[in-house]
Amino acid sequence: MPTDRRYAVPTMPVVPPKPPANGHTADPIAPQDPALLRRLLRAKDRMDAASHEAWPVQRLAEVSGVSDAHFARSFRQAFGIPPHRYLLTRRIEQAATLLRDTDLPITEIAFATGWESLGTFGRTFRDITGQSPSAVRLLAQAQARLEPLDKVPACVLKAAQRPDLTTAVSEKRRRQPAGTKPTSATTKEI
Amino acid sequence: MTKNQGIGVVGVYVDDQDEALAFYVGKLGFQVHTDVRNGPYRWLTVQHPDQPGFQLGLFRPGPPIHDEATAQALRAMVAKGAMPPLVLHVSDCRGAYARLRDLGVEFTQEPVDRYGNVDAGFRDPAGNGWKMIQLAAGGVQ
Repeated sequence: MPTDRRYAVPTMPVVPPKPPANGHTADPIAPQDPALLRRLLRAKDRMDAASHEAWPVQRLAEVSGVSDAHFARSFRQAFGIPPHRYLLTRRIEQAATLLRDTDLPITEIAFATGWESLGTFGRTFRDITGQSPSAVRLLAQAQARLEPLDKVPACVLKAAQRPDLTTAVSEKRRRQPAGTKPTSATTKEI
Repeated sequence: MTKNQGIGVVGVYVDDQDEALAFYVGKLGFQVHTDVRNGPYRWLTVQHPDQPGFQLGLFRPGPPIHDEATAQALRAMVAKGAMPPLVLHVSDCRGAYARLRDLGVEFTQEPVDRYGNVDAGFRDPAGNGWKMIQLAAGGVQ
């Protein structure tokens, strides 16, 4: 697992929603072309394979062979979550796996999974999971002793334990007291 | 070994059966078991050379089985990688990875050691995701 700090949280540009062309409103539930979906899946796979790396929208759009604005919109329609938020779920998932399966210090896990600071990691982790990294580590290790999961392929197990970021973040935002500045990592969207 | 009971065919959906055939036979090294057509319908199954009792079906969503909207939904599911996980056991994951990668197979994960097993991930051209797993010696298959 790389601990290189070059793999910092990317700064994702905010892509405003594209206004509909003159006289034509895009049908929001128009089915997406399977060939496009297959290319979007390729970008999602690339984030899965290296979630600790920076994934600005330009890089993802290039993988899918579409324009930046088209990519963000299409990805969200296809997978129900904006690409940057998807990346956060994968980082938290990866961190949770390392917390459960290793004795690596939490600082090391934060940098290895792509966060630029321990503070951002801890805040985002709590926002999403509702618990601190150390609490999750204790709980997961206690559970692992009770329920052996070694018959489930590791990748499938990880996906099953993936946090539901869509709900967690929007819940968090609803609960955000007025006048409080939200943390950058939980609100960056494209 | 002949067995009278057990799972005989499990299918995956693919958007292009010719492309799927070229992939599963030409790259993965499976063999064609059955390839018959009836109008637009094509029953196509392949087998792993070491597993003669099991056929993997490569089926295309569409008429006469599905209406167009259903076929479109199924094609979208496959292309989004939303179909169930598939697992291929191999004796040498790293060797198979190098060979298949050189054949142009789209890998989603390089070989990784996990508790003595080695696993990698790839997709077929349609989007079906496979895990390729080399079990630790004495591992339960």
